[in-house]
Amino acid sequence: MIQNPSLLGRRKKREIARTALLFSLPALFFIVVFIFYPIVNSFWISLHSWKGIEPTMKWAGLANWAKLIKDKSFFNALKNNLKIVILSLLIQMPIGMALATLLDATGKKMNAFKIAWFLPYLMSSVAIGYLFRYAFDPIFGIITPISKLFGGGAVDLLGSSTNALYTVISVICWQYTPFYMVYYLAGLSSIPTDLYEAAIIDGAKRRQYFFRIVIPLLFPTIRNACILSIVGSLKYFDLIFVMTEGGPFGSTELMATYMYKNAFQSMKMSYGSTIAMGMFFIITTVSILLLFVLTRKEKDA
Amino acid sequence: MMKKILFRTLIGILCVIWLVICVFPFLFMVITTFKTHTEMMSLGVFALPRTFHFDNYVTLIQSSRFLRYVLNSMTVVPISLLLILATSSMASYPLARLKYRFHGLNYSVILAGMAIPIHVTLIPVFLMTKRLGLYDSIWALVGPYVAFNIPLSVFILTGFMTGIPHYLEEAAEIDGCGRTRTFLSVILPLAIPGMATLSIYNSVIMWNEFSFALVLTQSEANRTLPMAMWDYKGRYTSNTPMIMTILTLSAIPMIVAFFIGQDKLIKGMIAGAVKG
Repeated sequence: MIQNPSLLGRRKKREIARTALLFSLPALFFIVVFIFYPIVNSFWISLHSWKGIEPTMKWAGLANWAKLIKDKSFFNALKNNLKIVILSLLIQMPIGMALATLLDATGKKMNAFKIAWFLPYLMSSVAIGYLFRYAFDPIFGIITPISKLFGGGAVDLLGSSTNALYTVISVICWQYTPFYMVYYLAGLSSIPTDLYEAAIIDGAKRRQYFFRIVIPLLFPTIRNACILSIVGSLKYFDLIFVMTEGGPFGSTELMATYMYKNAFQSMKMSYGSTIAMGMFFIITTVSILLLFVLTRKEKDA
Repeated sequence: MMKKILFRTLIGILCVIWLVICVFPFLFMVITTFKTHTEMMSLGVFALPRTFHFDNYVTLIQSSRFLRYVLNSMTVVPISLLLILATSSMASYPLARLKYRFHGLNYSVILAGMAIPIHVTLIPVFLMTKRLGLYDSIWALVGPYVAFNIPLSVFILTGFMTGIPHYLEEAAEIDGCGRTRTFLSVILPLAIPGMATLSIYNSVIMWNEFSFALVLTQSEANRTLPMAMWDYKGRYTSNTPMIMTILTLSAIPMIVAFFIGQDKLIKGMIAGAVKG
């Protein structure tokens, strides 16, 4: 930096700043109008009592927030979200890592497997939701015939409130495991091969190489994958909405589906906004905490 | 030695089991499309159809109702994509190539958009759309689609443009190019590979987008393809083969996109993931 910028230098700087602003303006317009303004607006609506049809909103202060804190359905939804968070981490991460390690070790030989294993991630959540809704149908689906083959009766996986959430979670894992597989594969292929050779020459076993060298080197990748999975699980919507609409009896209700139902089906706009903002605060806090905790751990290691 | 063979067989079996888990639902979906409704009831779900019926496909392709959904998706996705590419390449240029006072602020404002879950904005965007008189039209979808895909696109393109050697820009400046000219004829052409990745990745996302389409449109004539499944559900609720045909048809573009740009799609996905 120049200590005393000449008039020419200052004018040039201002000219650059102006160019930068002009170039960013269109993008900023979309972001401010469709992302930032809605967040502020959502919070504003949550402070009112409003069904969405009256011409003016009635000020309600924190009444909606007081209701949210005592709302059993909301906490039930949050609990379901947390179950998805935990089971997704426990199922998708290890399987994804195992498949990626295998693909990385075998190279091009397993290419056909790689493509087939990746297929589930290519379908949209809505399509997957429908596909499994029909596949799990107790009469026309694929589960009842299998159960009959082993002498069982009709199975209604999505119809029972004890099984529905776990059934949905298994579908979520089916959809997302391929993603983490490819994600870890990209991380693994960035590790230079001479590292493996050097480790083997030094007398390391394959298992030692994996746990002592690969896992520590992949730590940033694994960390990002976990953050993604956790935040993704907290804001889940499409697939569950299509498969079960939160039912039966709220057993698969999530924060996002509960918000949608309040705002757009029961037309409680202000309470829907409160749920949305509750979600926003929970997700933002979790992401910041995760980034903070996990980056510190990395520094220690 | 024995142990090694046993271990390899075990891994092989696990691979095949996982393969079946991944592929079986697709087989169920595709095979069902070739059956008639009655055939499915009498033969059971696992049996292959006696003859392959293409009736379900023919019915759908001939139905103007279904084509309307396809047409709507084919209008909204390219228009939004063009806007995304234009706005985000413009925004990336100063972030990658220029030094100025609010650089950091500018970058973080745009990237902050990536962390926001879309459902938080759903109600205000719905109200705004109503106020603007755009409710229940495909144009209502363009704004949110562009806004929510800009942050990642800027992130990727900024990375791309930072890698362009400085002497090219200096040469253009010496030749008397202004900033706009430098951007259009030096930076933009060199950023095309990055834009290709973005095009595939963003198109796939928008082609499948469900939440905004559900909330911002209402009538069948104005809805995009993911809503076709939703709307047809009521009509063909027990006609599983018909629903499966809609699913198959709407998944085809995705699978084609995957085979055209396998590496690019995966790169985009991973970049989208690393954003955090």
